[in-house]
Amino acid sequence: PNQTGRNRSHTVGKLTEKQYVGFATLPNQVHRKSVKKGFDFTLMVAGESGMGKSTLVNSLFLTDLYKDRKLLNAEERINQTVEIIKHTVDIEEKGVKLKLTIVDTPGFGDAVNNNECWKPITDYIDQQFEQYFRDESGLNRKNIQDNRVHCCLYFIPPFGHGLRPVDVEFMKALHEKVNIIPLIAKADCLTPNEIKKLKDRIREEIDKFGIKVYQFPECDSDEDEEFKQLDKELKECTPFAVIGSNTVVEARGQRVRGRLYPWGIVEVENQSHCDFVKLRNMLIRSHMHDLKDVTCDVHYENYRAQCIQEMTSKLAQDNRMESPIPILPLSTPDVDTEKLIKMKDEELKRMQEMLNKMQQQMHDKEQ
Amino acid sequence: FCLLQQCLGTHEVSCDLYMVASSTEPQPQAKGEKTPISDTSYVGIDAILEQMRRKAMKQGFEFNVMVVGQSGLGKSTLMNTLFKSKVSRKSVQPNVEERIPKTVEIKSVSHDVEEKGVRMKLTVIDTPGFGDQINNENCWQPIMKFINDQYETYLQEEININRKKRIPDTRVHCCIYFIPPTGHCLRPLDVEFMRHLSKVVNIVPVIAKADTLTLEERDSFKKTIREELRANGIDVYPQKEFDEDAEDRMINDKIREMIPFAVVGSDQEYQVNGKRILGRKTKWGTIEVENIAHCEFAYLRDLLIRTHMQNIKDITCSIHYETYRVRRLNESNILFTSNPPDHPAVQPKANGQPEEQPATPQPNGVAAQHEALSHEM
Repeated sequence: PNQTGRNRSHTVGKLTEKQYVGFATLPNQVHRKSVKKGFDFTLMVAGESGMGKSTLVNSLFLTDLYKDRKLLNAEERINQTVEIIKHTVDIEEKGVKLKLTIVDTPGFGDAVNNNECWKPITDYIDQQFEQYFRDESGLNRKNIQDNRVHCCLYFIPPFGHGLRPVDVEFMKALHEKVNIIPLIAKADCLTPNEIKKLKDRIREEIDKFGIKVYQFPECDSDEDEEFKQLDKELKECTPFAVIGSNTVVEARGQRVRGRLYPWGIVEVENQSHCDFVKLRNMLIRSHMHDLKDVTCDVHYENYRAQCIQEMTSKLAQDNRMESPIPILPLSTPDVDTEKLIKMKDEELKRMQEMLNKMQQQMHDKEQ
Repeated sequence: FCLLQQCLGTHEVSCDLYMVASSTEPQPQAKGEKTPISDTSYVGIDAILEQMRRKAMKQGFEFNVMVVGQSGLGKSTLMNTLFKSKVSRKSVQPNVEERIPKTVEIKSVSHDVEEKGVRMKLTVIDTPGFGDQINNENCWQPIMKFINDQYETYLQEEININRKKRIPDTRVHCCIYFIPPTGHCLRPLDVEFMRHLSKVVNIVPVIAKADTLTLEERDSFKKTIREELRANGIDVYPQKEFDEDAEDRMINDKIREMIPFAVVGSDQEYQVNGKRILGRKTKWGTIEVENIAHCEFAYLRDLLIRTHMQNIKDITCSIHYETYRVRRLNESNILFTSNPPDHPAVQPKANGQPEEQPATPQPNGVAAQHEALSHEM
């Protein structure tokens, strides 16, 4: 009889400087690997046409993703449905590579009848979860591509008095699938007082309707005061009132991104003009990793748990069917095994489809 | 800062500063300037590294190392020397009599250590009884089983419906195999063990108690060992096939020319040339453990801890564990996209979790890599 180890935990405590072992280099070792591999981030933008979504994305990432875009006129938009369009751009800064994917949702909220206009969007998010789930459960997990949506910026028009029914319904349809960050768009049409009132109103309504927007994680107790203060200001400032711009103007002797009006110049990166800097810092410089974590640990896990439960309950009702996957002996990983694994993966996908068809048939029968 | 790096002549890769300069066609939204934008201000995506580091520091790291070798080869002492504290099993149970167990036992001891704000849960897994019996046939099997059991535990947690955010990692990241300093060649037991285990775990072979070998004897012994490993198709860490890129290959090739490291361990300090150093004092001189002119302990420490620790863990996770997982999923069709086979041992539980062990248990616990799987569909 062989016993597995009885584990006891001891705290040996801090090692003194003299007794340097060297595992303090671990974060550097991880760091080096990450820099080599690079990161990815998928950001979705949603809101009606003309809210400044594209401009904001360009301003945030200093790119021009929409160079060849053609805007449709009103007549062309009558029959337009909500589309999902992906733009991918590789950004590199200080040796760090980011593969940024922007998921655009043109057509959202533009029709006369916008009933369930968010359905293509929720479907898209679910599809990415499903793809990931399949990849994660498959045999070959070497190069899984993570296309899950890490964050959704939702643009609320500044013209109204708070959330409109479509805003509420959209956010409620998505708040358990993706991190939602609501924004007040085109905030340069509001005075500071109007902004404050609108923000308060929106926060109230978010509470009232039980909408779960992305929550910034709590500050660690051992963070310095300055950090804690910034964090507090950030939280009190939501929803962020943003302005974007693709043009450079001359303001206060400097060339800055801004919008030129007869009555003055709006500077995008001026914190007293709008919350653009706060949004950018939060989205990219301090919370990007957390956004990904919450997507993986909460939204995806919820999806996965739900999915498994649905599948197993259906399986219990199904009659047993022959598994078409042949079992073959495995040899050490090599080209042949890779092919085999690929083959089995495809079989799995076919089986998944079969299973779905059967589920559909059962569902139809029950109807 | 790192001996091994200095020896290999490598240096930290310096990251060049790349700026993204974007120029866009102006959208005529405002009257006035229509100049194209050429921002040289920066987005700030490199901050994600700092975010990751923060998170890693908060979470801490785990490292599980197993030591295998006959009684008396200095395994416990070497562990204590490596981690500069009493982390071995013996140090934790000081009153237990030294006796050779009748079968191979597996004993784990965990420690929470911290250094410069980095916290680590270090687990040292000892295997007393290995190679100590009269008949040592298959004495590697309990060890193989233990390693596979850890993979199994992780797999079960991973396929759970409600799984933990951070699955506790008890998988053996590295197995240090102690070769007695005979100076001749590998013994059949050494070859047997490494041949079987190198397929499931990262093996780092070391020449134990190397202070009985002169430098020439050491070099020729190493050469013989390397040849025998090659002749028997044994891939020890760092394995050639897992080199990621040319830079890795270059570094690892140099390491592969130096292994197995000839080590001496000690937890006694002595005064040498005005400094206090770890060593072994004999009538003919004092062996300084961390002096690379005396033994290769420092190289082992650098490899295991300062430069390749993360890589060792990565290979365990992304290769050894994945290999195990693929085999297990094939064996028992646990995949949720298929129905369970008509096999009584593998009924899924109500929540979709399969029973513990499928099919007929093999005499060595889990089927070895090349055996055909246990049942047909």
